[in-house]
Amino acid sequence: MNVSGPAFGATMLLTPELLLKAKLRLLKMHYESRVGHIGGNLSCLDVMMAVYHNVLQPEDKFVLSKGHSAGALYITLWSKGLLSDDDLKTFHKDGTRLSGHPPVRGIPEIPFATGSLGHGVSLAAGLALAKKLKGEEGRLYCLTSDGEWNEGSNWEALIFSCHHRLNVTIIIDLNGLQGFGKTGDIADLEPLADKFRAFCPDTVEVDGHDVEAITEALRHDGEGPTIVVAKTEKGHGVSFMEGLFEWHYLPLSHETYQEAVEQITNLCEEHSAAHSKS
Amino acid sequence: MRRAFCSALEELAANPAFVFLTGDLGFQALEPLREKMGERFINAGIAEQNMVSVAAGLAKEGLRPWVYSIAPFLYARALEQIRNDVCLHNMPVVLVGNGGGYGYGVMGGSHHAIEDYGALLSLQGMRVFLPAFDSDVKESIQYLSKAGHPAYLRLGLSEQPAWLSPPSFAPWRRLLKGTGPTIAVAGPLAGGILDVLRQTDLSADVWLVSELPVVDLPSEFMTSLQRSNYLMVIEEHVCAGGLGQMLAHQLLLAGAAPGRFVHRAALGYVSGRYGSQRFHREECGLDAASIVAELNVAVLA
Repeated sequence: MNVSGPAFGATMLLTPELLLKAKLRLLKMHYESRVGHIGGNLSCLDVMMAVYHNVLQPEDKFVLSKGHSAGALYITLWSKGLLSDDDLKTFHKDGTRLSGHPPVRGIPEIPFATGSLGHGVSLAAGLALAKKLKGEEGRLYCLTSDGEWNEGSNWEALIFSCHHRLNVTIIIDLNGLQGFGKTGDIADLEPLADKFRAFCPDTVEVDGHDVEAITEALRHDGEGPTIVVAKTEKGHGVSFMEGLFEWHYLPLSHETYQEAVEQITNLCEEHSAAHSKS
Repeated sequence: MRRAFCSALEELAANPAFVFLTGDLGFQALEPLREKMGERFINAGIAEQNMVSVAAGLAKEGLRPWVYSIAPFLYARALEQIRNDVCLHNMPVVLVGNGGGYGYGVMGGSHHAIEDYGALLSLQGMRVFLPAFDSDVKESIQYLSKAGHPAYLRLGLSEQPAWLSPPSFAPWRRLLKGTGPTIAVAGPLAGGILDVLRQTDLSADVWLVSELPVVDLPSEFMTSLQRSNYLMVIEEHVCAGGLGQMLAHQLLLAGAAPGRFVHRAALGYVSGRYGSQRFHREECGLDAASIVAELNVAVLA
């Protein structure tokens, strides 16, 4: 499949073809730039694409708290026609707007530069509080990692968001791996969903690679905070990456890139076929 | 200064963009502000990191948040939030730290703010305001309510001598004009020192610095230095990142370093014992008596 732009139009709902195109473009960008963080990008790309294509309304905003998945965010913005192929070619290069973690300026859809974990939920809470004080409509969507819930500031933000009944949807990319091992081995947070439920009754668990289920979980017409715990796999769709934390860091070689493209394509086609049968 | 602070902010309360966040502090000081501001007065709880990032989010949406706590709970606890979410994005968030220097006295080191502006001024775009008198509080707040940059307002206790009518708030103010040693001082301790110096025959030329970083050196200050060839800098802040270092740097760049340079700064906990603000100042040589003694030696030399 040719994965060069132009991208796909701002209003199109997320189709399997669009998602495949985005995944292949993500692999290409990481391969060409020789940059890691591919594992965590593949774990959250389905969620991010569902948010942007199926959920976000003009009055809503998205904050990426797990800034190391900037690659997935750039690809998602590209899929919305908000970044160009030429932009993606500069990823990680000198003089780029597309830094390894979301940038401060240059991309209006990115309200805040993140990268140090434990900031995004508070930032989303501040943006949501501003909407509340100004009497404006809209919801904040914030994607965090799971390891990020080691950070005390996230729990501060959760308490604050729940107390003030802010229109914030917190999504957790629960891939079970963090910087130097498994989350369960480092600082076990399980049962994480139950912990969230104790703060916020409106907590749901979902397969983070099932776009329909994600979309259903994220569409919310009520008031107040909600939490979506998305069960995901690091390196989803690429067998030699799945469940291995080293793909937090490793770049793609020519061989691993080719293999990853093949596997992702096959997986998406299987999903697509299963979908059309059902 | 807390009461002056509260009444000055009450005058801003009618502005719908003004939002006040406190880290669960303000007992017997901020109640009138809370009454006036309603839902725009937010007690964010004992969670300063979140409070600062929330303020950045509010500012991003065009609101004008002020964030209040005991000084180190803001600048030290939430330094990364100030750095990343406020300063890197140049958000107009005003951080208000109560208890500048050793202001919390015997409460102990956790409550002291002796490295606040050094830490904060290392961040992008941050500007620091150091009111020395109650009247400064109102004037600096009027400026800050319209400022478009990150700022830190360091509150303490006014030590304004009864005889002094302070000039309007400005980065540099000449409080005593003299033909003796040149002195640059930051913060409320200027008041007490001024009161004692006025009663000596040192004829000190005393300048109050109230906004940092130092960007301009007033020509009259430079003239004073050329004449005295002596500069004493006094501040209730550690040497690192303080006014003394900043002035020395500027003077060297200008090729105008004085023949003698004395820096009276916070030295931490000299004896390891705790006491009032006055006790800690005395331990550091920041009290008026020890400053006058030093100046007398300089004049005799």
